[in-house]
Amino acid sequence: MGSEAAVNNGKRRFLIGATSVVGGIGVIGAATPFVMSLFPSERAKAAGAPVEIDISKVESGMKINVEWRGKVCWVLNRTPAMLATLPKMDSRVADPKSDVPQQPTYCKNETRSIKPAMWIAVGICTHLGCSPTFRPEMAPADLGPEWLGGFFCPCHQSKFDLAGRVFKGVPAPTNLVIPPHRYASDTKVVIGEDPKPA
Amino acid sequence: MSKLMTWIDDRFPLTPLWELAWGKYIAPKNFNFWYYFGSLAALVLVMQIGTGIWLTMDYKPDATLAFGSVEYIMRDVQWGWLIRYMHSTGASMFFVVVYLHMFRGLIYGSYRKPRELTWIFGCLIYLALMAEAFFGYLLPWGQMSYWGAQVIVNLFSAIPVIGGDLSTWIRGDYTISDVTLNRFFAFHVAALPLVLIALVAAHLIALHETGSNNPDGVEIKKQPKDPKTGLPLDGIYSHPYYTVKDIVGVVAFLAVFSVIVFFTPDMGGYFLEANNFIPANPLKTPPEIAPVWYFTPYYAMLRAVPSFLQTQVWGVIVMGVSVLIFFVLPWLDRGAVKSIRYRGTLYKSFLAAFIVSFLILGYLGTVPVTVWGQFGDGAPFYGADRATVLSRCLTVVYFSFFLLMPWYTRRDKTKPQPDRVRWK
Amino acid sequence: MSKLARILLVSLSLGLSLCAGPAFSQGEEGLRLAPAPINRLDEESLQRGARDFVNYCLTCHTAKYMRYNRLEGIGLTPAEITDNLMFATQKIGNTMTVAMTAKDAEQWFPAAPPDLSVEARVRGRDWLYNYLLGFYRDDKSASGWNNLVFPNVSMPNVLWQLSGTNKLVETEYEEHEKAAGAAIAAKGLSMVEAQPGGKYAMLTVAPDVPGTMTRAQYEAFVGDLVNYLDYMAEPVKNERIHLGIIVLLFLGVLYVFAYALKREYWKDLH
Repeated sequence: MGSEAAVNNGKRRFLIGATSVVGGIGVIGAATPFVMSLFPSERAKAAGAPVEIDISKVESGMKINVEWRGKVCWVLNRTPAMLATLPKMDSRVADPKSDVPQQPTYCKNETRSIKPAMWIAVGICTHLGCSPTFRPEMAPADLGPEWLGGFFCPCHQSKFDLAGRVFKGVPAPTNLVIPPHRYASDTKVVIGEDPKPA
Repeated sequence: MSKLMTWIDDRFPLTPLWELAWGKYIAPKNFNFWYYFGSLAALVLVMQIGTGIWLTMDYKPDATLAFGSVEYIMRDVQWGWLIRYMHSTGASMFFVVVYLHMFRGLIYGSYRKPRELTWIFGCLIYLALMAEAFFGYLLPWGQMSYWGAQVIVNLFSAIPVIGGDLSTWIRGDYTISDVTLNRFFAFHVAALPLVLIALVAAHLIALHETGSNNPDGVEIKKQPKDPKTGLPLDGIYSHPYYTVKDIVGVVAFLAVFSVIVFFTPDMGGYFLEANNFIPANPLKTPPEIAPVWYFTPYYAMLRAVPSFLQTQVWGVIVMGVSVLIFFVLPWLDRGAVKSIRYRGTLYKSFLAAFIVSFLILGYLGTVPVTVWGQFGDGAPFYGADRATVLSRCLTVVYFSFFLLMPWYTRRDKTKPQPDRVRWK
Repeated sequence: MSKLARILLVSLSLGLSLCAGPAFSQGEEGLRLAPAPINRLDEESLQRGARDFVNYCLTCHTAKYMRYNRLEGIGLTPAEITDNLMFATQKIGNTMTVAMTAKDAEQWFPAAPPDLSVEARVRGRDWLYNYLLGFYRDDKSASGWNNLVFPNVSMPNVLWQLSGTNKLVETEYEEHEKAAGAAIAAKGLSMVEAQPGGKYAMLTVAPDVPGTMTRAQYEAFVGDLVNYLDYMAEPVKNERIHLGIIVLLFLGVLYVFAYALKREYWKDLH
């Protein structure tokens, strides 16, 4: 080894620190594109674009399924009788006031919808992602005399009422998701977009 | 921190492994500019594996989808363009770095006893890298991809008797097709990277056994030990000295790399060829087919050799031997010294002629043989393409560097090699 | 860096710059292309080019890798794109495809019109610019048109109502130098061709019947179109160059620290 001049440890520590910090920023900067590239691509975004549906044919008591972002969405036109069951369910569901943000703020209400009758929801159980079955009938043999109509998940027997609110004591933790949606006209709904500010 | 290290070291030899692999590896202290390219090659390998894994996530090895999936990566995948350009630039820069690394080995005699196996593993890496690049070049499924693969695979059909069946076997079809693309993909993303990593490990293990050469060719292991440090007189630990030095090299390299990636990813058609933006069309050959630049010296030699005795196998043999001859280099060199610093004029002249012929052949491989026209009336080679005649001469020069080496290295007037490294 | 290293690097860079130019020129031999007067940062030109591309090119050609919403990159709003550049049935995330299938196209034209998504990367800007200016009337060809840049191309001059028609002008010279000199003097697209009998012809196109645009207007029109084609071939280009400058500045800072660190440690050894 060469000279025995005193080593300037302070300077070394500073330079190690400075190089590490700047180099670390570089590593983070270089890693960012790789992380970002795993988010949906433009093609996925285009495929997941808002969908416009015609609801003029959805008569009272009828439910249709539509696809949005590869997920099934339900459009259910609830009858006055169906709507009348909702207050009765308040004591039996886990989150009667929809406090957990499973819906846009404009759907945080008793019917969990923009228009009371027309209910739009993502038809996927909040437990593990199966699609619950629509069971509108009152007191069927398998679901018991207390059943007032709702949704029943075949995978793990979670139950939801006709506003998609989850029952107490079932595997699913939260209410069904209400997607962002807006009315383009009386008969056209756009799923995937919030209402335009008036 | 030191507590954690003790805890780990009691259960797993992390510190010993680090010291064995790098920290306490004793290297000569006189490494110069040329000694950056080993660590840079490792850096590029890691970058290629990383970007390659990411590309695999969106690429489709299917003849109907491959071209579109590359454009999908370039346009629709967030930052996909950067990852793809890093990979395409990395492919070329890998060869730049490896060629400079090999040149270092040549001028300082790093291939010579006792480092013959390090050199041979290095040559195997070079071969695997060529295969890796060739397989990868088919994947964008553009016109150059397709016709380049067509030409190279057809080289095998020049082999007598079995050639036709062999090239069909490589393709898995009667022409380059979806089947070929799919298997080339498997080789490119799984088989050859594994081979490359294993060879790199072998290369480094062999290197650590003998220790590194240096610009003076001094064997530091034979030097007496410094009584204070216990190291050879001209030896230093890699860490911290070569750690901090290689970081400088890495940053400088990344700057060059970034200039290409961000400002000229096509590199004027040398890294990404214009015709490769046309989807592969088996019915239409592009007017000019040139391989990517890193293969062009060999391609020029292939083209320079005429077919005779009704077979084109000679050109294929010349091309094959021109690559494989690197393997026997340690046994061709009979010089008294390793490093160019102590070699005589004879060796230096042959080396210079070799490098010049390699570069000119590389250029000629990128252009049509008609580039310089034909010899006119009265010239000795009347009517022949000037470029072809020059390619033939340069092929002779290329081989004479190797084949005459036992003669000129022995006759060369060398200077005595010192016991200590020259220091600045 | 050693002397040897310096010599090698200099000769390497010299060699590279020597062979960089002509090795991959796309044109025919003897062809002189006028430089395309385009600016990748000129958003108005790009927007005009996009509009003209959609109106004139997209009827026969596709750009199947280009999404309409990518036009936001040249300063258009989603509303402007959907209202002005798209049919009502399409969505802004769609790619630029057309109703005509490749099979139809092959029946209507001798060869299917190529997809133009990356055409500017295949041909280059100057080639495209001169190609669109290089059409001339030719009664011998099937379409009635021919092109100085792309001889016997099957595409007719679809823009002839704007450009008017051109005719081929051929001037003969005894020597190659004279023909080449005349080609340079022509200041624009020209071609020098060897003729039988050791003579040389200098070919250019010249206006014959005027169209709705003046020559200058039409050149600007083609310039916008090529500018757009170039954008479409690599929409990320401006972003890439911009990011490159930041990355290099960053690496410069990192280099300063790394180099100082290296010097500090290597003091031990001197």
